[in-house]
Amino acid sequence: MRLSSDQLILWQHGFIKLNATILTTWALMLVMAVGAKLITRRLATGTILCRWQCALEILVAGIVRQIAEVGLQSPRQYVSFVGTLFLFVAVANLFTIVPGYEPPTGSLSTTAALALCVFVAVPIFGVGELGWRNYLKSYLQPTAIMLPFNIISELSRTLALAVRLFGNMMSGTMILGILLAITPFIFPIAMSAIGLLTGMVQAYIFAILATVYIAAATDSRKK
Amino acid sequence: MDNTTLIGAASIITAGITMGAGVFGPAMGQGRAVSTALSALAQQPDAAPTITRTLFVGLAMIESMAIYCFVVAMILLFANPFWNHMIAAATGK
Repeated sequence: MRLSSDQLILWQHGFIKLNATILTTWALMLVMAVGAKLITRRLATGTILCRWQCALEILVAGIVRQIAEVGLQSPRQYVSFVGTLFLFVAVANLFTIVPGYEPPTGSLSTTAALALCVFVAVPIFGVGELGWRNYLKSYLQPTAIMLPFNIISELSRTLALAVRLFGNMMSGTMILGILLAITPFIFPIAMSAIGLLTGMVQAYIFAILATVYIAAATDSRKK
Repeated sequence: MDNTTLIGAASIITAGITMGAGVFGPAMGQGRAVSTALSALAQQPDAAPTITRTLFVGLAMIESMAIYCFVVAMILLFANPFWNHMIAAATGK
């Protein structure tokens, strides 16, 4: 049994390997980029909108509202980063309804890359908002004794982000595979419906946790 | 019993114990979190969006403990480094 789609190598040249995870990610990127380009090609500002534009506007407005509810002052600034994370994870998890598709989020390398993006982006946003001195000073809150614990928490929450998404998506695929061997007909359908729900909740949680981390790093009360 | 059998048996038994013991705590925690959130919702239905969002994030935090145990169990069952080492040593001879 394969634990993730990383082990399915489709093309190899020297030390360069193309596995199923990378190819699926590229396909998803292509679908999302071409889809967004096609939808935004003819934007209308009047009262009559095409339904795809409506859907995109609802999506973007919803993401902005969620970011604002977490407590960030200018949500427009963060919508490109948080929205990208949410949309990629959501689309990757949503495509599990296509037969034969293995979600790239079910491989630890993808989720580790996404978590590393959050790990790098949080200090960048923090420094941009507070400046170097104030941001580095926030590691000494509430006292200087907490410095190692603050650093450990920064690292461990990145690990937690990666393993949480990986574990949830991998367990969904794995349980589906085991159930297909035990009760082949009706029950796997119900489980894949639950898997879709878990995928959307995990996409939401990944984005909202990234927002919470950014909000904690850019907290204006630390000024 | 030779070493390979020992490693296999220990891995399987440990995977079972990991899931059983590791799911117990998060299950208790999630039950408490949901029951508290429900009573908070009953008292203040106006605060439903905030409570729900915090509940989801908290549940994900608690659930990640169980997910860690699941990942360790899966590694023990399907990608066990000790087992792979023994198999490689046995076939390499």
